[in-house]
Amino acid sequence: MSPQVFELVLLTIVTASMPLMIAALGELVAERAGVLNLGVEGMMIMGAAIGFAAAYLSGSPFIGALAGIAAGMAMAALFGLLTIGLAINQVAAGLALTIFGVGLSGLLGSDFVGLKREGSPHLYVPGLSDLPLIGKLVFGEDGFVYAGFLLVALAALFLGRSRAGLALRAVGDNPHSAHALGLPVRRTRFLAVLFGGACAGLAGAYLSLAYTPFWSPGMTAGRGWIALALVVFASWRPWRVVLGALLFGGATVLQLHAQAASLGLPGQLMSAVPYLATILALMALSAGTRRNAAAPAALGQTFVAPR
Amino acid sequence: MLDSTTKLALAGAIALGMATGAMAADKLKTGFVYVGPVGDFGYSYQHDQGRIAMQKALGDAVESTFLESIPENDSERSIEQLARTGHQLIFTTSFGFMEPTLKVAKKFPNIKFEHATGYKRADNVATYSAKFHEGRYIIGQIAGKMTKSNIIGYVASFPIPEVVSGINAFMLGAQSVNPGIKVKIVWANTWFDPGKEADAAKALLAQGADIISQHTDSAAPLQEAEKAGKLGFGQASDMSRFAPKAQLTSIIDDWSGYYTGRVKAALDGTWKATDTWGGLGAKMVVMAPFANMPDEVKAMAQQTTADIASGKLNPFKCPVLDQAGKAAECKGGTALDDGQILGMNWYVKGIDDKVPQ
Amino acid sequence: MRIDLEPRAGRSLALDIGAPAGALAFAILLGGIVVWLLGKSPAQAFMVYFVQPLMEGWSLQEVAVKACPLVLIAVGLSFCYRANVWNIGAEGQFVIGGLCGGWLGVVTHGGAGQGAIGGWWIVPAMLLLGALGGALYAMLPALLRVWLGVSEILTSLMLVYIAELGLDYLVRGALRDPKGFNFPQSVTFDDAARLPFLAEGERLHAGVALALLAVAAAAFVFARSRFGFEVRLVGEAPRAARFAGFSDARLTIAVFAISGALAGLAGICEVSGQIGQLVPTISPGYGFTAIIVAFLGRLSPFGILLAGLVLALTYIGGEAAQVALKLPNDMTRAFQGILLMCVLMADAAARYKIRLVSGSGA
Repeated sequence: MSPQVFELVLLTIVTASMPLMIAALGELVAERAGVLNLGVEGMMIMGAAIGFAAAYLSGSPFIGALAGIAAGMAMAALFGLLTIGLAINQVAAGLALTIFGVGLSGLLGSDFVGLKREGSPHLYVPGLSDLPLIGKLVFGEDGFVYAGFLLVALAALFLGRSRAGLALRAVGDNPHSAHALGLPVRRTRFLAVLFGGACAGLAGAYLSLAYTPFWSPGMTAGRGWIALALVVFASWRPWRVVLGALLFGGATVLQLHAQAASLGLPGQLMSAVPYLATILALMALSAGTRRNAAAPAALGQTFVAPR
Repeated sequence: MLDSTTKLALAGAIALGMATGAMAADKLKTGFVYVGPVGDFGYSYQHDQGRIAMQKALGDAVESTFLESIPENDSERSIEQLARTGHQLIFTTSFGFMEPTLKVAKKFPNIKFEHATGYKRADNVATYSAKFHEGRYIIGQIAGKMTKSNIIGYVASFPIPEVVSGINAFMLGAQSVNPGIKVKIVWANTWFDPGKEADAAKALLAQGADIISQHTDSAAPLQEAEKAGKLGFGQASDMSRFAPKAQLTSIIDDWSGYYTGRVKAALDGTWKATDTWGGLGAKMVVMAPFANMPDEVKAMAQQTTADIASGKLNPFKCPVLDQAGKAAECKGGTALDDGQILGMNWYVKGIDDKVPQ
Repeated sequence: MRIDLEPRAGRSLALDIGAPAGALAFAILLGGIVVWLLGKSPAQAFMVYFVQPLMEGWSLQEVAVKACPLVLIAVGLSFCYRANVWNIGAEGQFVIGGLCGGWLGVVTHGGAGQGAIGGWWIVPAMLLLGALGGALYAMLPALLRVWLGVSEILTSLMLVYIAELGLDYLVRGALRDPKGFNFPQSVTFDDAARLPFLAEGERLHAGVALALLAVAAAAFVFARSRFGFEVRLVGEAPRAARFAGFSDARLTIAVFAISGALAGLAGICEVSGQIGQLVPTISPGYGFTAIIVAFLGRLSPFGILLAGLVLALTYIGGEAAQVALKLPNDMTRAFQGILLMCVLMADAAARYKIRLVSGSGA
């Protein structure tokens, strides 16, 4: 493999991983607060539809990205109202959110089908971006990629190092003790869910603004569900999400590259690799640390303040 | 409060329902079942364009309705719903609707059905498809002339005969002008996933392909070609708006003539359960304007189009050599017969790959 | 501003019935506004969507056929969810059930294996294989949880994709119809491998009877059996259950086996009753929709039956609306989402007194 091909392969892996990474990061923060939101796919596709529409109407990918984030947050707020405000089962509400989002995005996006935008601009630093092998990879990505990595770094710092992050984890592990300690359980959870929605919306906007710059119904094609798997694979650690996203994105992309390079491998097996890897990772994690120590202890449980 | 509003609503609805029912009585109701959304800008979109053109051509004599995004494994009910609601001629436009269409047709012997791309017929079930491979031969020739790297990338969906015969026709066209050409095939295992299709195109570009051909439905591969400053072909519809600098041409599925003709036949009472497989000659396959190429390539492509349309040239004229160099049996006299093309599961000589099983 | 929830002391029947009915009415009102915004008549939409499908025999049958897999799966899931076991991989168990049972339909095609004894045994064997396949596939997440403490929510979800890819692989390969021009589908089953239909020439297949049977059986188990008591106790008062000596592990395996078997049964009913052959995808998401059905039915067998029928009605009505009013398909989906959320909210209203309080707080 020549260096140019190698660089191209790496670049493709990065772009393929980005929507997974950003969406998974948001879901990770929500899950660390104890909220399992199965509506990622629905929030993501709304981000893609609204993001494209806003960018098309305003001519600015930045406004598009902001609109995508807002759309994801609006969906997340609805989910938060149901699960946190009204203590409705998270699994049921998440699934309903996805059905709703897929339908609504199709309705709202119908006027934008078949329209085209330019892709999002890539960074160009004279000199640096032209370096062989790493030039484009490090200094020539689009804004979403840098934003994505910045988000991961911030989330890692927030969860690991800040008081508020500690409070968030406490809420996710044991909302009743957290409540007894005077922590605002429901507000914390709501904010975490909003962050998850913002990330999912941004990931969706990435699809329709940078990855393949057009809107088409159903264009997320199940990436929201992969993001859910990714959170587990990453054992709820932000930096491992980066690794996992590169692996998940990489498995798909490498499979295509292997075909292009005429190495015969069955496609279905390659496509199943990420899911098998997730289950194996889960097993390894659980075997290492008894009883799911990695997972937030109160994941998926609704909380009603005792009185 | 609820009571009075519902009563009002019911009364209104009944009145409306009666009105539409009365109007519909003297019109021929036609129904269309699509596998994707009409907004896919590819396969289902083109069928709907055909429906709209038919409606325009025949005007008040017909009424047409469609059901979109119908999952193939749960389509029997949808088809039956059309049959039950007074539709006299029903088009089911995806291969997976074959068995459901036959089942419903058996139950409603007085209703006419038409199934696209299948191979089973009945007294009231016609089949129709288009010879897309004729268009693939032309784009193969264009690719053969336009490539500099001598490597063509091909984003394929699933290894069914339509796709395999398309790859073969493409290769035969390319070899007719450029014997040393290579084609690299990537199976995306999807008809529609823009992200994955784009990644497949990127992988092919990374392997040195400078022209991307696709047999998947979104404009993403073509867009990738444009982004990389390379060339490509559209699929199903004219996709030049997505990639004005990259699209050389596009193989357009044009169902308008067929739909208009068949609905007219049903109106006249001359409809029969036929099997139609039309290509460039029947204008069921149409080439988008040739662009982004020198005049002599354009002239060649136009000539080939005319020759195939007139029957002078057959993409699968004998001998057709398989990968081992052995000539396939020439069942059609001077060319492979329809059955051989419709069931094709082998590559022609020069393709350095295996058909996935 | 915040929302305060105060659990209601006891559940009143009026609220239990009134709240979902009110939610339905509210969702219909919202849907009507959207229809109106799209420039169509809300009144006519209501007729086409909710009333007409219930007026004719054939569409009533269609509602039952569509509800069949949803109800079968959801009844199984209610065992899991009542025991606080979160199987969300019913879709995968459905696929494996369809695949295992469908395999027998493929290999007995053309009278193979029927010999002197005839083909009477094929359908029962297919059903058995389907249920068995689903149950065994459900054992993976169950045993991983019991042995290693791996979260079953996530393993069961991951296994969905693996099941789908496996079916896809086999239908394109080993199980493909050799005379089918390479198209990815199996042979069409012989009549001996088709579920009997309840009426000649109709679509109402015997799976619908199985679904009703499952509802009745589950209702009996929950109300009358020791096992049903155990499931409820573990779910509602895990500590008490442990004192009573109930084994958590055994129960987890049991409820997974039940829900896997019912999902697998639903899968083979769909393959043998509705589709009649194996195709690359056999479910338009029944396993996931059934989760919603389970919650809409409040995990009670009869509630699930009702919820399954209502949800099936929205599919049939949605298609009718596409035909009669040319409403877009996405409208149906968005409306389903709205309806589900409204009913879930109503459920919350039935369980809690909801108060809006100004000012912020926990």
